Amino acid sequence: MSDVVEKTLTALPGLLSLDSQPGSNKLSSNSKLRNLIRGITELTSKHEEEKLIQRELTSIKEQVSSPNTSMRQMKELMVRAIYCEMLGYEASFSYIHAIKLAQQGTALEKRVGYLAVSLFLNESHELLLLLVNTVLKDLQSTNLIEVCMALTVVGQMFPKDMIPAILPLVEEKLNHPKEIIRRKAVLALYKFYLIAPNQVQHIHNKFRKALCDKDPGVMTASLHIYLQLIEENPEGYKDLTTSFVTILKQVVGGKLPMDFNYHSVPAPWLQIQLLRILCLLGKNDQSTSEIMYEVLDESLRRAEINHNITYAILFECVKCIYTIHPKSELLEKAAKCIGNFVLSPKINLKYLGLKALTYVVQQDPKLALQHQMTIIECLDHPDLIIKRETLELLFRITNAQNVTVIVDKMLEFLRINKDDYTTIDLVGKTMSTVFSVGGDTMQPDIPNSFLKLLSEGFDSVEEDRKLRLFAVDSYVSLLQGEPGKLPQRFLQVISWVLGEYSCLRADLEVDTVLRLLAKLLDMKTTSSETKSWVLMAMTKLCEGGAGVSVARGVSETYSSSLDTVLRQRAQELQHLSQDPELRARVLPRHTGLEPLEVDSSLSFLDGFVSEALAAGAAPYKPPHQRQEELAQAKSLSLEPYGLSLPLSMSSCSITDRQSPTLLSISSGLSGNSNDLSHKGGSSSLRLDGVKRVWGREGYLAQREPAEESAHVEVPSTLRSPSQQGRADGSHSQTPTHTPTPELEKQQLASSLFVGLGSHSSVCLMGKSEPTPQRFRRKARSPASSSGASENISHSLVSPPITVDTLVCNNLLDSHITSEPDVSPLEQTPPLSQGLAAANGSCDEELPDSDVKGSSPSLIGDDALVAADPAPHEEPPKDLLLSSYLPAELSGLSHSEITPLSSDQSLDLSACHVQKEGDLVLVVFIYNSSDSDIQQILLELDSEELEVSCECDGAVGGARGHSVAVCQYSLSVKRPSVHVELVGTVSYQFPVGTPQSGQFSYKLPLSSFIRPLTLSTEEYGTMWLDFSHDTKQNLTLISDDPEPLAASLSVLKNKLQLHVVEIIGMEGIVACRLLQDQPCLMHCRLHAGTLAVWLRSPVPDLPDCLMYFCQRALQEH
Amino acid sequence: MIKSILIFNNHGKPRLIRFYQYFPEDMQQQIIRETFHLVSKRDDNVCNFLEGGSLIGGSDYKLIYRHYATLYFVFCVDSSESELGILDLIQVFVETLDKCFENVCELDLIFHMDKVHYILQEVVMGGMVLETNMNDIVAQVELQNRMEKSEGGLSAAPARAISAVKNMNLPEMPRNINIGDINIKVQSLSPF
Repeated sequence: MSDVVEKTLTALPGLLSLDSQPGSNKLSSNSKLRNLIRGITELTSKHEEEKLIQRELTSIKEQVSSPNTSMRQMKELMVRAIYCEMLGYEASFSYIHAIKLAQQGTALEKRVGYLAVSLFLNESHELLLLLVNTVLKDLQSTNLIEVCMALTVVGQMFPKDMIPAILPLVEEKLNHPKEIIRRKAVLALYKFYLIAPNQVQHIHNKFRKALCDKDPGVMTASLHIYLQLIEENPEGYKDLTTSFVTILKQVVGGKLPMDFNYHSVPAPWLQIQLLRILCLLGKNDQSTSEIMYEVLDESLRRAEINHNITYAILFECVKCIYTIHPKSELLEKAAKCIGNFVLSPKINLKYLGLKALTYVVQQDPKLALQHQMTIIECLDHPDLIIKRETLELLFRITNAQNVTVIVDKMLEFLRINKDDYTTIDLVGKTMSTVFSVGGDTMQPDIPNSFLKLLSEGFDSVEEDRKLRLFAVDSYVSLLQGEPGKLPQRFLQVISWVLGEYSCLRADLEVDTVLRLLAKLLDMKTTSSETKSWVLMAMTKLCEGGAGVSVARGVSETYSSSLDTVLRQRAQELQHLSQDPELRARVLPRHTGLEPLEVDSSLSFLDGFVSEALAAGAAPYKPPHQRQEELAQAKSLSLEPYGLSLPLSMSSCSITDRQSPTLLSISSGLSGNSNDLSHKGGSSSLRLDGVKRVWGREGYLAQREPAEESAHVEVPSTLRSPSQQGRADGSHSQTPTHTPTPELEKQQLASSLFVGLGSHSSVCLMGKSEPTPQRFRRKARSPASSSGASENISHSLVSPPITVDTLVCNNLLDSHITSEPDVSPLEQTPPLSQGLAAANGSCDEELPDSDVKGSSPSLIGDDALVAADPAPHEEPPKDLLLSSYLPAELSGLSHSEITPLSSDQSLDLSACHVQKEGDLVLVVFIYNSSDSDIQQILLELDSEELEVSCECDGAVGGARGHSVAVCQYSLSVKRPSVHVELVGTVSYQFPVGTPQSGQFSYKLPLSSFIRPLTLSTEEYGTMWLDFSHDTKQNLTLISDDPEPLAASLSVLKNKLQLHVVEIIGMEGIVACRLLQDQPCLMHCRLHAGTLAVWLRSPVPDLPDCLMYFCQRALQEH
Repeated sequence: MIKSILIFNNHGKPRLIRFYQYFPEDMQQQIIRETFHLVSKRDDNVCNFLEGGSLIGGSDYKLIYRHYATLYFVFCVDSSESELGILDLIQVFVETLDKCFENVCELDLIFHMDKVHYILQEVVMGGMVLETNMNDIVAQVELQNRMEKSEGGLSAAPARAISAVKNMNLPEMPRNINIGDINIKVQSLSPF
């Protein structure tokens, strides 16, 4: 308070003296500014403000042009004009007066004049020429302040053509005794260099003099110039490296006066500048880099004070270390430093850490691996900038394996982030990256969704336009580069974008684009699919003038192409390019993308088709039918294996389907997949000796030690190939049933960082702090059987290995090695051999049958029961289990009860029951242990099915040797010939850890088919409404006098279809897919076959049903 | 290189704009609006960096800003500047303002826009960092002010008078820029 009073007192004389000068112009104009400002702040609307300012400007205008206005008044007027200009109101009338003020005023007025000029005008403004003489005069002034002002305005802007006029004067100032003048002169020269480099070429040696100036401030200013020069030509300044290093050494060593310290860091900005210069000099140059190692090390070491500016220096240091020729010792320190940034709670540092990671990740991918969990956390960071930076980082590590996940993440980001510039930048830049990196390997839906994003756009039209323009621009420049290296899919996207949107860019000549596209066509590497995209784009583009000639050339070349699609596109192009009217009709311009009505069933062609058929044309057969007929003709089954495997196979799918060894178990039963199992065997053999650094999960860090620990006790000669295979297989099915956030993140991490360190065999576990724990968990999973909780099959942990080795020894040496821990399992080898002989597959696979936890007893092979290393009570047989069916279901027909999974305490089996309006899945849980199990939890999931549970998933408990039953109601989400359920069961003994296991259950779509009763009229109306259809000729049941009726009744009985009516040679049939998806069938006798036509509103349903009809008729 | 320096208040009203690269007048206003739009919706606990807006140069440029009570100080720079370096430069600039104005507040920036420009000219020249040492900047500005006094005699008085009145009416004004509402203070100036 006393402070305030004191100030008031000191101000009073001034106030008084002002008052004593009534009518002072200064005061009045000063208060005018205040009045203006006050007026503005009191206003409420933009409109009022505009009115006020316009009034103000008019009054300023009057005054400035009045001859009576003194320079002093002019000065105040100018400030007001500056204020108005700042608010966005043009005061161009005052520009000339600003120059006048600078020319004629006293030093103070000059200052305002110069300021106004530098704010109002730009380098190319013609009025600026009027200033040249003033600047010349002031540069020669003896008043330091005037010289400073002149240099400042020159540094801000100066007409390029006039540089020679003042250059000698500015040069001269480099020798000025005052350092501030020298410093400003250096910066003015730098400005000259930027706008007209050739004009200052002769004074480069003077820059060197400035660098050696005794004043550090002048030297700092000269670094601006050197940074620029070295960036343009690093080779030319290598000789200065030692000087820069020496300077930095002195700065770091604290040789500068204390004045230069900022928060006790010596000249931090100078250090930053020097580090940037060193970075440019040392890039790709080992000998130069070697000069700087020492000082870089010193910088890293000295920067210990915990202040922002230290981190700024550290960041530059790290960047430098990673840019110059690498030195491992420094890299290590720098990596640690990046770690500090990334892990810092300070958000700015985290941002820079991510930036640094992005910068180094290509050289040092394992660094990203180390911080993967932090990166994952940053993906969900509330700050969009951090998020964006993280995505940027992810794009740098994009490879073929993780491209899908990354693109997903990016699209997700785009959906929530409507920020236009971020979007444009991100989409444009990174999609290009992603396409060129991931290109051909990625799913086709990614480019599709990208194109959808482009065409449907965001909320604002303007942003859409910008994004599209960006895409057009960047793609044109890509094509002008080396398009041959781009993946095909990216080329397709490029063609589409150019075809659609290149008209947005007005200055882009159509024929330039056409020529670029034509270049693509000429390349050998371009696939024919891409070519047809290109031709389509050209069709959209060609329009008058030069375009037509290009188009004609292209279409002539390709209209004789062997590829029918290409030929068609070429024809289209030819016709449309020659007929502008037709073109305008077919491809209207600037209409945007209105949704088009597409008749996917092509009903408008029905007439044509029936005419053609009547004229004796062969009906169209879909490819798979053609193939099938071909197959039948050769009496060789070419049917896909997956479809011919019997349902009992599903018992095996509890374990990982990746593992080839499983098939051999079923091969003994199904008999028809022998060659498959052979395949599996051989593929598992191929794994031998190959170091599996990456599983499907990609979590490198966790893999290696896992394998090592698993193999330690087994001498390498005894390692059987299957062990590798198994370790791999069981690994990839590591537990997913505990969806804790942490685990989800880990999974995300593993999918993101897959393939990153595949070439580096460095174990990272020691470095990243959260990993070791996770490690141990997974480390045991190769040995633990079902891959679930580690102790679920503790009894099995060691036997697999011993059995394994025994089998191998047996095969190799034909005698049993006596190892102490083998004794309880002695009967195993012969049995396994027997089994091997029986199914003719590889022996190595036997241990897997145990390991996987699909207990042999489930398969029901007696020979195997004995081989079970940990025999336990057999679960109740089918008959027994069916008695557990709930009463309301017991009367209905149910499928065979299929075992799902089993371990030493729980056996799961299931069947499905067809109710009229429903399909019920019944799961039997048999507790084979003596103790009670509490809290059994079943979770079912399926891609194709909707699962609704009637018991909330929690079964409750099961007492020892009893059965618990669980019911689920199923309905189809997406039809598929076979639908599959994947489930996990988790449970807990009163004492003990939670345990869990996985299983799957497969059932045919036909179980969901029910008859649909309707009349012929209803059928007629419905038929026309449905858009998805398929046609096929099926085998007719020919040994019956009435083949059509007989065939239909077979279908009716087997598939529960409803025969609506049979009229002569034609029959109509209807059915529905649960709950209420109709499917209609039209059958006709045609040339000894049954021509079937299925229609439904549901995609894929006709195809699936066709498959079942076909099978039903064949099996008959 | 620094491309532009913008100071605006919490409502987006510009208090000082300085472009080191030429933009037409309407473009400048658009840049101010866009920058304000970008910066104002960011919390105080997120990072101080923004990748450049679409108007100034696009992706190569970044915005580095600091928020002091009622004012945003935004520097738009290209990739040749260090983020943290600029962040501290803003701090140096604001501390210098504080030294020169003795308890700088938004009002000082409004009424002495020209002076703020002069101070800024000693920190950044033509887009290049000229001086980062606060004492040197203040010394340089004071040198000019002395010239002002010797030449204009009493021309500095009104400014001091304003600050005196300001201080009288707001006795508990903190020693920083953390003070606020312009309307109150403008009212206080009405006796003039």
